[in-house]
Amino acid sequence: MKGYLGIDIGSISTKGVVIDEDLNIIASEYLWTEGDPMGAVKRLLKVLEKQLSNKDIKIVSVGTTGSARKLIGVMTNASVVKNEITAHAIGTTTLHPDVNTIFEIGGQDSKIIIIENGYVTDYAMNTLCAAGTGSFLSSQAHRLGVSVEEFGEIALKSKHPTNIAARCTVFAESDLVHKAQIGHSKEDIIAGLCKAVVTNYLNNIGKGKKFNPPIVFQGGVSKNVGVKKAFEDAVGHEVIVDKNGHLMGAFGVAVLAKNSKIEKDFSFDIVDTEFRTTGFDCPKCANHCEIVCVFKDNKLIDSWGNKCDNGAVKVN
Amino acid sequence: MNKDIVACFPQWGSYSCAFRYLFENGFGVKYMTPPPLTKKTIEIGSKHSPDYVCVPFKYCLGCHIEALEKGANCLMQIFGACRLNYYGELEEKILRDLGYDFKFFNMAEINFRSPRSILEHFKIVNPNMSLVKIIKSLPTTINIIKTIDKMEDYIRKNAGFEKDKNALEDTFNEFKEKLNKTQNTKQYKKLKKEYTKKLKSIKINKPHHPLRVGLVGDYYTVQEPFSNYFIEKELENMGIEVYREMNLTNTIINSKYKNSRKTGKRYVKFDIGATANYTVAEALKYAKNGLDGIIQVKSFGCTPELNAQTVLQSISRDYKIPILHFSFDSQTSETGIKTRLEAFYDMMQAKHK
Repeated sequence: MKGYLGIDIGSISTKGVVIDEDLNIIASEYLWTEGDPMGAVKRLLKVLEKQLSNKDIKIVSVGTTGSARKLIGVMTNASVVKNEITAHAIGTTTLHPDVNTIFEIGGQDSKIIIIENGYVTDYAMNTLCAAGTGSFLSSQAHRLGVSVEEFGEIALKSKHPTNIAARCTVFAESDLVHKAQIGHSKEDIIAGLCKAVVTNYLNNIGKGKKFNPPIVFQGGVSKNVGVKKAFEDAVGHEVIVDKNGHLMGAFGVAVLAKNSKIEKDFSFDIVDTEFRTTGFDCPKCANHCEIVCVFKDNKLIDSWGNKCDNGAVKVN
Repeated sequence: MNKDIVACFPQWGSYSCAFRYLFENGFGVKYMTPPPLTKKTIEIGSKHSPDYVCVPFKYCLGCHIEALEKGANCLMQIFGACRLNYYGELEEKILRDLGYDFKFFNMAEINFRSPRSILEHFKIVNPNMSLVKIIKSLPTTINIIKTIDKMEDYIRKNAGFEKDKNALEDTFNEFKEKLNKTQNTKQYKKLKKEYTKKLKSIKINKPHHPLRVGLVGDYYTVQEPFSNYFIEKELENMGIEVYREMNLTNTIINSKYKNSRKTGKRYVKFDIGATANYTVAEALKYAKNGLDGIIQVKSFGCTPELNAQTVLQSISRDYKIPILHFSFDSQTSETGIKTRLEAFYDMMQAKHK
């Protein structure tokens, strides 16, 4: 049977999904990128291969998304390399065709996607600042000595969430330390933090937008029930969290790979192939473009980063 | 011509061709085409600028320092209806503190009602200048600006569909190179005729209803390609017809925006600073003409454009036209910009069908 692989390589986590021709998820994995997208994808593929070992699936097409989509696209010989906004929109509208609003909070970015009649009509993504994203929550969890996985459960226990400044993580952090030192309980602070994340999100990304239900909340942070509840309190509607919400980007790009009808050779053997990247500053003008070269078994397969033809590194 | 004086105006789109004509033929001094903006320019500019000044200042300062190093000795800065008015003064102070020796022609200091004040300031550039020559060279300078704007407008709307990639831009660059050698009106007119014809003869393969995007934003960011990360080119490469009306012809020469406050009356009744009223009027026009999307580019911390941003959101809702906002500072990663542009394209494409 034909299978389609979607990989979403984010800054914090790497997600992989294999779907069959009826768009059922037959294998999936979620793991940390740890600053090494190529290594993470190799680990990911090993796990997926194992999950597929007793099924008769041949992967005919690969799609990549996320911030390392281009690099991994070259590595896996992908048919589709798509930005994460479109990938998420496609993934969610496939599973929830009636969705009107998508909230998404990931490790380093957060976005909102507005959908009308199945088409994206508006979106926004955080720009200069990573306030209120997953990495902020996990660093604060660490500071409070709780693991980020139990964060949400603890938040639900609170009756009076502490007020924490939402504008900026630096302010939020000093607020948090201060409130802890004057005696606010841990539950209240954690609940306050969840609320601050939501307030920040709605004020920045969601500014000027209308949140029409049904609302789907996804991305790594959607697994945090405390943030989900804070969203429901703030918006006044039910917020749906799909059990595969954290995989939606990978699922979306797998669907795109299937719809593209482009079939390319793919084999799990690339796990054992050596991939290497080198970067250098092009010396040909004062612009100093940062050029990246990708090598497969010491053979150059692609390069990018040059703004003009002078800096082009030719692939033979 | 006084060859000891080398004038330089900061890099700003393609206008250096016109300024060169004015300075060499009018003021009678040498003109240095500013060195092209690079990452190094913005590095130098940021290093010597106050942190929270908007990024156009950093570009201008960096560009001026590079020009001084290359031998320019007469710098100038324009004025405007925002912080820009102080920029000349600040720039001069920073450069003098750095130990450079130069003449500075700050247009914000001119009292335009007093002919004497104008004359005195012109004399900063060249003490022996002839007013007659300046006045004589003005019409051609203005015509050069108009031609540049007209050609660029044509390129924006067609570059996405040309048969041979980059043919339009290559031809235009050739034109600019030759323009930098013209000494009189006759030569310029001949050149204009030749290249207008050349541009029009380049084969264009445009579909009946291409995607159309309007570009608005603050005066510098929207006009200087380097400072907006070549967003026009990115859009053209996606096969989009790009509209951008903010240029010297429309703002100063024809003052097309004289009624911009009236046009945008439904959304904003008063002056919201600098060129922000133009932004609103332009966006409204694009929305009414049924363009597929609007992109607002602004420098981080630009207050007038921030005022316009909220107004644009109302326009977006009323006319159901998507608007993408970009705020640029001196960061160099283009990945984020590309991601957003791609998503914007996908969105327009899906709706367009």
